[in-house]
Amino acid sequence: MLCQHCKKHEATTVVKTMINGKYAEYRLCPECAHELGYDSMFTDFTSDFGGLFSSFFSNALPAISGATHCDTCGSTINDIRRTGKVGCADCYDTFFSELMPTIRSVHGNTEHKGKRPGAIEYTVNEEEEGSAENKIESLRAELKKAIENENFERAAQLRDEIKEMEG
Amino acid sequence: MSEAVVSTRIRLARNLKEYPFPIRLSSDKAREIVDKVGEALKDSELKFHRIDMDAIPDTIRVAMIERHLVSPDFISEQEGRAVYLSDDNTVSIMVNEEDHIRLQVMMDGFQPEEAYALADKVDNILSKKLNFAFHDRLGYLTQCPTNLGTGMRASVMLHLPALEMSGTVNRIGANLSKLGLTMRGLYGESSKPAGAFFQLSNQVTLGISEKAAIENLKNITNQLITQEMRARESLLNNIEAEDKINRALGVLKTARLMDHNEAMKLLSLVRLGVSEKKIETLSTDSIDKLIVEIQPASIMTRYGDDMSPRDRDIKRAQILRERFA
Repeated sequence: MLCQHCKKHEATTVVKTMINGKYAEYRLCPECAHELGYDSMFTDFTSDFGGLFSSFFSNALPAISGATHCDTCGSTINDIRRTGKVGCADCYDTFFSELMPTIRSVHGNTEHKGKRPGAIEYTVNEEEEGSAENKIESLRAELKKAIENENFERAAQLRDEIKEMEG
Repeated sequence: MSEAVVSTRIRLARNLKEYPFPIRLSSDKAREIVDKVGEALKDSELKFHRIDMDAIPDTIRVAMIERHLVSPDFISEQEGRAVYLSDDNTVSIMVNEEDHIRLQVMMDGFQPEEAYALADKVDNILSKKLNFAFHDRLGYLTQCPTNLGTGMRASVMLHLPALEMSGTVNRIGANLSKLGLTMRGLYGESSKPAGAFFQLSNQVTLGISEKAAIENLKNITNQLITQEMRARESLLNNIEAEDKINRALGVLKTARLMDHNEAMKLLSLVRLGVSEKKIETLSTDSIDKLIVEIQPASIMTRYGDDMSPRDRDIKRAQILRERFA
């Protein structure tokens, strides 16, 4: 669709706004969006995540899972790419390998931390302290191995890391 | 806590396992979900009332955005969409926005822990009756992968006039994304900042717990406030600044026509004056309420749906004159 302002370039930004008390939606090209002050205030993250998501996808590799569509909702990976929206909960399993690179680049993580439904009460501190302790444990094991192998440079490094973690 | 924090908001995204996400949802199924959410809320101590989006006029829908009860996205379509509001409007539950459930808690001032505690409580009540889509590795499943994990956005509305005047706010904003946060204008996504009001929220939802995300938001908010206060010191201790603030007050007291933009700018200046004790007769709370009151649709819901922009500018000027008299 063409930009509704200049009517020349391809519209990439959807602006949702209220004008004179009425809700309105405009589709703008990047230049006009910028000129009208509707670009994302700060450049690193655009607010149009659908757009962000689909632009990641357009560069993605072809389907890895081999699934052509989701059996539950009928979405294809192209539907998801086009809209930036996933069709249903099962799509995440069906297209797991296709979705993962995008998820990683958006969040920088791929493992959930935090609340789980049905958990009676969840305390973050325990969980986080627990994981720090595990880390120290595994560093200690590595340190022991390094000393056994007479890899003293690595051992010194590990010793410092452990010291730092123990605070 | 500083008056630079206007309000705090926590939003949780949830979906029901047995229904496709809203993009693939029929309106019949959508209405089914609205009913189910209402049923689940009956177990809450809080009283909720249901508002179907297709049952109210456009001005009221927009006025609800102006009060941050629903998102602009939510009213772009009405069919099969409803919101449940608690009696005091602190909790709002949008059904069938981008996710089946968008649970929001909003509180005045800087209260992220309190707001989260309430959101968590309502979430627990809902999850007793509703089967939430959850993935062992990816957390709560959402229609847009940007909300995976906790599905939580914690945000604070900040008033940063000195940082805006000195131009540092843009530089700060650019650095925030590295810290997993974003800063936007008053009405969230794609909105222009008006009157130096900014919304700061966490960006990352996967791999960071609710508590850690809130802690991060708190730390950065505190740093921003420190910077704002420092900027105010160097900016405000001169007659020019005092002049600007008092002129704003003078215009608000006397103008006969006042468009929305000008009102936001002037109110922002006066709010700054009040919080820096340059104006002693007002409170920031009363200005925050006034800011909502003078939004276009809020004026129209009170004084008439058929008001032209000019009618509104006249009415807005009158409201402000009376308030500042």
